[in-house]
Amino acid sequence: MNVTADYFGPPSDAGTLARLRLRLEQSAEAEGLLDVAYTTIDSPVGPLLLAATPKGLVRVAYNTEDHDRVLDTLSQRLSPRVLRSPKRLDAAARELDEYFGGRRQAFDLPLDRSLSTGFRHLVQMHLPEIGYGQTRTYGQVAALVGNPKAVRAVGTACATNPLPVVVPCHRVLKADGTPGGYVGGPAAKLTLLNLEAAA
Amino acid sequence: MKQPFEKVVAQHGDTVLRVCRVLLGAHDAEDAWSETFLAALRAYPDLPDSANTEAWLVTIAHRKAIDVLRARKRQPAPVEEVPETPTALGVSGEPGAFGVPGAFGVPDAQETDLWQAVAALPDKQRQAVAYHYVAGLPYAEIAQLLGGTTDAARRAAADGIKSLRKNYQGAMKEGAPS
Repeated sequence: MNVTADYFGPPSDAGTLARLRLRLEQSAEAEGLLDVAYTTIDSPVGPLLLAATPKGLVRVAYNTEDHDRVLDTLSQRLSPRVLRSPKRLDAAARELDEYFGGRRQAFDLPLDRSLSTGFRHLVQMHLPEIGYGQTRTYGQVAALVGNPKAVRAVGTACATNPLPVVVPCHRVLKADGTPGGYVGGPAAKLTLLNLEAAA
Repeated sequence: MKQPFEKVVAQHGDTVLRVCRVLLGAHDAEDAWSETFLAALRAYPDLPDSANTEAWLVTIAHRKAIDVLRARKRQPAPVEEVPETPTALGVSGEPGAFGVPGAFGVPDAQETDLWQAVAALPDKQRQAVAYHYVAGLPYAEIAQLLGGTTDAARRAAADGIKSLRKNYQGAMKEGAPS
């Protein structure tokens, strides 16, 4: 017996499946089942993955972090109900676009900080106090959070920032004034620092 | 580990739609697909990591299709042309919105013959054919869905295919599956 699935017609066409997928996305949102919505946007520092829970923006990821792996991690840590759904990220995408265009200096977005805990969370909460175009050293940030000896831990908190660009870990530099490491790579860090210095 | 649901849709969306088409015809297949994936999304966090995702989706589609078939039997005179009213999910005027005939494009005469032959099968035969020949489920799992023995599931699929061969000549003439 040599009957296969194709006996019953060709694979469903891409347009039909895309339309059904969109309908699923809309019903999922309406039914409160869209635990993690995501999209990708283009930026001067490469494609950025944006993900949000109903609470707010939960993740910004550089291409170097491997977007598929980031989504797998979100699926494990937050919820596997993950769907591509650009609509929930509209405001974040718009503000990022304004930021990269030099028309925005601070972000006004609800954030979901549930991916960070403990000292890292504390450091990341304080990072937005470093204003646009300013910089601090890792040591200064350690002092800022009341733990001046925790320089290395501040470095780790910056390196594991789940919301880069929006939470400005790129404004934290090494004590000698060199940029230091960055989750999006040193070139991305320089691009952001130059963008803010030019404004 | 459990992958993002987006990947589940991408990997299994086509197979589930084809299963729904065989179970219900193009007319109701999209409706069943939507209900299947929404129910799957709801239950997905509780699905064991070791589960066969496609078999699980087919199980849900099986139940959703039974709902549709029951609803049809409650309405003994189904309307052929469903009026183009907006549904809760479809947008009015959108091509191929819920329940609008021709959602898969206008089938040619040969396809129509095939779907008529499929629709004429007894429910169990049509289900066994869909789950084995379209979804690729083993007969043991199909038996669990349909009730009865593995042999009975195998027989239902074989009888279904035999009946299709007899009543649908298109594929034979082309020398397709033999």
